[in-house]
Amino acid sequence: MTDLADLTSDVRIDLKLIAGLIEPGSRVLDIGCGDGALLELLERTRGVDARGIEISQEGVNAAVGRGLSVIQGDADSDLVQYPDQSFDYVVLSHTIQATRNARRVLEEMLRIGRRVVVSLPNFGHLDVRFRLMFLGRMPVSKRLPYSWYDTPNIHFCTIRDFVELARDVGARVDQAIVLDGAGKRLPFSLPWIVWNLLGAQAVFLLSRDGR
Amino acid sequence: MAPLTLPEAEETMLDATLTETDAQASLRRSEADTPSSLVMRFGTDAPLTLDAGPAIAPWQIAYQTYGELNADRSNAILICHALTGDQHVASTNPVTGKPGWWTLMVGPGKPIDTDRFFVICSNVLGGCLGTTGPASTNPETGRPYGLDLPVVTIADMVRAQAMLVTSLGIEQLFAVVGGSMGGMQALQWAASYPDRVFSTIAIATSYRHSSQNIAFHEVGRQAVMADPDWCGGRYLEAGRNPKKGLAVARMAAHITYMSDRSLHQKFGRNLQDRDALAFGFDADFQIESYLRHQGMTFVDRFDANSYLYVTRATDYFDLAADHGGVLANVFKGTKTRFCVLSFTSDWLYPTSESRAVVHALNAAGAPVSFVEIDSDRGHDSFLLDIPEQYRIVRGFLTGAARARGIAGPAAEDKP
Repeated sequence: MTDLADLTSDVRIDLKLIAGLIEPGSRVLDIGCGDGALLELLERTRGVDARGIEISQEGVNAAVGRGLSVIQGDADSDLVQYPDQSFDYVVLSHTIQATRNARRVLEEMLRIGRRVVVSLPNFGHLDVRFRLMFLGRMPVSKRLPYSWYDTPNIHFCTIRDFVELARDVGARVDQAIVLDGAGKRLPFSLPWIVWNLLGAQAVFLLSRDGR
Repeated sequence: MAPLTLPEAEETMLDATLTETDAQASLRRSEADTPSSLVMRFGTDAPLTLDAGPAIAPWQIAYQTYGELNADRSNAILICHALTGDQHVASTNPVTGKPGWWTLMVGPGKPIDTDRFFVICSNVLGGCLGTTGPASTNPETGRPYGLDLPVVTIADMVRAQAMLVTSLGIEQLFAVVGGSMGGMQALQWAASYPDRVFSTIAIATSYRHSSQNIAFHEVGRQAVMADPDWCGGRYLEAGRNPKKGLAVARMAAHITYMSDRSLHQKFGRNLQDRDALAFGFDADFQIESYLRHQGMTFVDRFDANSYLYVTRATDYFDLAADHGGVLANVFKGTKTRFCVLSFTSDWLYPTSESRAVVHALNAAGAPVSFVEIDSDRGHDSFLLDIPEQYRIVRGFLTGAARARGIAGPAAEDKP
């Protein structure tokens, strides 16, 4: 296994962060795994039993071509087939905003996995607020490159919104990591309101409350 | 598919075109007992037990191999052929003289790379190219089995293959690969011998035959049996051949291998060798002419009774039935890695059936890769030049080989 610390800087920062949350040797399901970059990283650095679901054919082809166990499927409809608690971790990396029923997806994840990892772009970030407030336009940036009419991202939320959803579905936030626009980690001691303003993306580790 | 070229002779009804050379008939006849490929013969001390009840012995299984078995005997891949396929997956068919049926998949530098893997492909039980089937000589009577051979199942076919693999000194296969009925065998292998299969690739297939699938096969069988030349299944001794019936069976089946869209694109309502409708029952349309061609070339290479047996085997296939009707139970605790592929326009074994297999594998916690490949060429897509399929199989085998600790296929096709 390669050590996480030895990785070169070309690995996406949020993927590295997620990898850091995963116990070595565990069973992981990555929902919306794209071309399998995270799964491959987890196999390589964490020795996990990695599985993935991806909706796009290019993504699945690339992932299977990498030798990963990835199936073509839809987070909104295909999670029901997995038995309760069949994974140690269920990961949703930058995908929740593209689901039709984000709440249902999160509930299903908490059913399937003992732990749930969600990373998301923060729509409450200063930059987004600035664009909306002063330009009066839906924000298009490097991180959110789509125009409003052709974006797959149909359910944007802020960090605060997500924390509230997590509470509503009975999840406990075991860990939260917030990164600023430069990919730097914001200090843990800052209040939520600052995170929600300065955080460009966040990674949450959740578990079902009462476990 | 090659552009359509048809002999002039196709002017009148089907029977006018169904002339077979004696040489071809006797060649097919001799391949049934003494195939020109390799053959493994099992004596009365190694009977083959059948789901139907009785065991058969002696019996034989004809096969081809490509590549070299490594010292650990860990690089063997078994390829299972489809309904009317044969063991000549990557070598010339002795009856038709045509190249192997899956040379895009199997060969040096191909996804199933014969430079790296030891590839085995055997003729199925009930077939007619050297494995015991209805055209083989019944050792008890000295006459062809005909319908005296018990009905065989997919599980029987796999049991026969397992005995062959054991005889070749191979404990565990690195992969079992098949499309259509071959995919059924691949899934059956994983179900019957989970410890003997490291990985399974099941393409354009299903876990059971649907009512519609059975219906099409029944039409084919009835066409064969309605032909007076079938002689109650004893046509070989009578020196006859139910060609018309078998050709009609093939014509009906062939429609199910293509999609409406591909038929439309290829033939539309185009007329065959004429400028106007003939107001008769000749092959006015190209599609008619094409189907007749498919029918008549088929009867030259395939045994009619064999067709009854292999279609019956697929009809009887229902993996979940032996496991309380729950497909996930079939694969419980399996360590085999699966790759399931389907094609968007395949209405014979639609994607929904592959998905059911994938869901069951997920429920069983099995590692599975699944892709629905975009193709408008119907069920036959798995045999055609659809680059996506070959890329995915290459990638899957590369990952599986890494996990198994053996050399994977070459990174890409040799130029």
